[in-house]
Amino acid sequence: MSETTVQLSVNGTPREVVVPAEELLLDTLRERLGLTGAKRSCDVQVCGTCTVLVDSEPVSSCTFLTCDADGSEVLTIEGFSETPEFEEFRQSFIEQAALQCGFCTSGILLTLKSLRDAGELTSREDIIAGLDGNICRCTGYKSIVQAAEALIVVPGGSSRGTGTPVSNGDS
Amino acid sequence: MNPVTEVPTDQSTDRVGRSEDRKDAGEKITGKARFAGDINLPRMLHGKVLRSELPHARITSIDTSAAERMPGVVTVLVGSELEHFDPYWGHAIKDRPILAIDRVRFQGEPVAAVAAEDEATAEAALREIAVEYEELPTVGTLTEATADGALEIHQDQPRPGLFHGLGKLPERDGNVCYRYQLDAGSVEVAEAEAEDELIVEGEYEFPAVYQYAMETHTVVADFSGDEITMWASCQHPFLVRAEIADLFNLPLGKVRIIVPYLGGGFGSKSYTKMEPITAALSWKAGRPVRIQNRVDESMVTTRRHGMRCRMRTTASRDGKLRSRSVRLWLDTGAYADNGPRVCATAGDAAPGPYAWDAVHVDASCVYCNTAPAGSYRAFGTVHMQWIGESQVDELARRLDIDPLEMRRRNLLKPGQPVRPDGSGKPLDADLIGDVEKAAAAIDWGSPAEKWTGRGVAVGLLAAGAQPVSRANVRMEADGSAEVNVGTTEMGQGARTVMAQIAAQELAIDIDRLTVQGADTRFTPFDRSTGASRSTTLAGLAVQRAAADLREKLLRMATVAWGIDRDELSLSDGIVTGAGEQATYAELIAGHFGLVGGDVVGEGEVAPEKGEGSYAAGPVFWEICIAAAEVSVDPETGRVNLNRIATIADVGKAINPLLVERQDEGAVMQGLGNALFEEMVYDDGILVNDNLLDYRIPRIEDMPESMTGIIVENGDGPGPYGAKGCGEGAQAATPAAIVTALADAGVQMKQLPLTPERVWRQIQKQKEAE
Repeated sequence: MSETTVQLSVNGTPREVVVPAEELLLDTLRERLGLTGAKRSCDVQVCGTCTVLVDSEPVSSCTFLTCDADGSEVLTIEGFSETPEFEEFRQSFIEQAALQCGFCTSGILLTLKSLRDAGELTSREDIIAGLDGNICRCTGYKSIVQAAEALIVVPGGSSRGTGTPVSNGDS
Repeated sequence: MNPVTEVPTDQSTDRVGRSEDRKDAGEKITGKARFAGDINLPRMLHGKVLRSELPHARITSIDTSAAERMPGVVTVLVGSELEHFDPYWGHAIKDRPILAIDRVRFQGEPVAAVAAEDEATAEAALREIAVEYEELPTVGTLTEATADGALEIHQDQPRPGLFHGLGKLPERDGNVCYRYQLDAGSVEVAEAEAEDELIVEGEYEFPAVYQYAMETHTVVADFSGDEITMWASCQHPFLVRAEIADLFNLPLGKVRIIVPYLGGGFGSKSYTKMEPITAALSWKAGRPVRIQNRVDESMVTTRRHGMRCRMRTTASRDGKLRSRSVRLWLDTGAYADNGPRVCATAGDAAPGPYAWDAVHVDASCVYCNTAPAGSYRAFGTVHMQWIGESQVDELARRLDIDPLEMRRRNLLKPGQPVRPDGSGKPLDADLIGDVEKAAAAIDWGSPAEKWTGRGVAVGLLAAGAQPVSRANVRMEADGSAEVNVGTTEMGQGARTVMAQIAAQELAIDIDRLTVQGADTRFTPFDRSTGASRSTTLAGLAVQRAAADLREKLLRMATVAWGIDRDELSLSDGIVTGAGEQATYAELIAGHFGLVGGDVVGEGEVAPEKGEGSYAAGPVFWEICIAAAEVSVDPETGRVNLNRIATIADVGKAINPLLVERQDEGAVMQGLGNALFEEMVYDDGILVNDNLLDYRIPRIEDMPESMTGIIVENGDGPGPYGAKGCGEGAQAATPAAIVTALADAGVQMKQLPLTPERVWRQIQKQKEAE
């Protein structure tokens, strides 16, 4: 098995890891770097619970080779949760009780962050389209949509969601 | 038993009945919450399981030598190494070896296990194990398993497991490992008297379904000397402890189960699952071992029972339901798992919540060469409610009676016996009031477009399991306290609710309370987390423990101040009386004369008489009520759930938001079960063993409107009149979808309601017209 040296920035800290060529980013994060916030579940890019951001793009780290992240910036929930921006996410998810077992939560939060950063969190439709790759088996999604509605950035303006749901919350 | 005396607080400071923030939210949102797979012990090995590729075969040889020689492999374990002790387990029927011995009975059965320094090496070593099989015919379906002269999957008589809880186990009859029968009145007479038009009968099928807890079954086992410690993704740590102690011949106190957060359970982590094999591997390796299933492995670790059912219901011309006759068969797979209980619960649910002149139920739990089937949210009722309710609706249609009116005329009323033979707990809820609320929420009776229909569904679920729960609450010298209760937090919000109950009794803020998962070495016994029992039973134990603690603290004040208990008042953790005032911390310091010490309150719930109230159970009847509106596209057969209303008849909502959130999740799982989820077997081979081919509801599947209605009649046996919830909506959702679809013009007798199936039924009905 050939090993590769990979240079990464993980949550803003430069890291160098020597990994087998076939090692998956999820295993590098969880087993080598002790960052267990990203979870393993389906192994086939369906459930989204292993989602992390690589250069601001959400990826399923269960099917992403660590060597392909060479030179990239990786953001996991451990890093995101320490940024000032996270406070809004924290508040809206706690207020709506938009989590139950919590296994999918880090992937959902990072996906929402990437959508918002890309200007693609402008409506309820955006939320539903954007979270199509994240399964939550516990909540039935309604609470997650309600929490995400408070994070909507209205296009053309700098005003962010104020915690007031855009819909009447009836769905 | 500790008396719960009047709590000296005013309503404005109630900690129950308020939607407090989840206590686990902070940890879970930041990724800090620890699950079993996040635990990494020094010298820990990674375990992998070699599973049978054949559904039924004799094992003629296993050669592990090549695997054992691989660098990084520490040990390989096979079933024959375990034969010097009794390696069979199973809480209902002890029918299952830790690793296959002599034969395999389902595709996916563990045959060997490898422990290696890393997961990749363990995985690679599996490919180096050579197993030779002699294939046996596959008994892959209920039809095959119950045919005359069917090959018997098990040869021995069933041995009762430690927790079968079903009285005397019947002898195995071919592949039938358990049978539940119920008779009241004479269905023959009722059917002979009924007009032909008012006899509805049919054959129905319910598929095998995968619970999909997103965290797959995961166990870390550390067998060290004569004791074992395990971190396990389990819902019932105390029952797992007992089975492990029994298997390895250890005293209970030498088996320690620690339960971190669970990434979902839904029944899939009830009773024992991957714990025996992980423990055995650690025993042989002499080092800690972690086994984490892949999804395809969890799918064959446990699942929901597939079912075939024949049902016949009769009514009289005046719209009175008269008789019901039910014959059903459940595919419990190669090992019983919780099949006998599922069978009994399905039998219990089969009559539905109606007053009958006559009922006949005959339910069989059948071994097949498929993955073992056990618990999944609302088992038994989810299997039966959609069938019974569609027959009630069909009778209503033939009688030209509105389905809601049909239920007003026939539903049981509070205090009436639920079981047709009069045994067990009578009805403890207002079903008519409940179903009317649900129907109103979807505008029942307003005009509907063509191919759109509305339906209601009412069912009952025997809830609570055995009423055995203990808890204690320990207050530290600073006035903060720990609630020690064995309830597993798997997402339902148990830690929050337990904290609210203790906070209410102690009149302190919930932030002052810590609630952790079970560590069986220190946590008092709790029977299990399932059957919607935790708030009701463990919650009652917590309430009693917190009240006991409060009274101990108040006694310190009476001693210190020389006054009587009834001269004291309590508000926000401050005790006042006879001109004196003290915090709990001050009382504790005064008592011990030191800045240390603690005070512990104890609480328990135990059966109230003789055989226990479980014999006359259930603890309560969980209410399964929904009203749904669906549309169907006649060109494609695609069914859309437009809106749904569910009832959470909870007696008292300790945390109303969490009650609503439970039902939203249950609706979505019910929608998946009804519309598309199905484990597809072909001659004993699971065809769709991954989440690409087995579809779980996604965010886009959300109905346009989902309304959760909370009903609080204070009629539950739990704290403050509470009773459990969270399963009812899962049983009621498929039933309401099926009755609504029938109202839209398509009568289905097989789930899931895939577009193809629905389209074919539409064509069949067109041809018949």
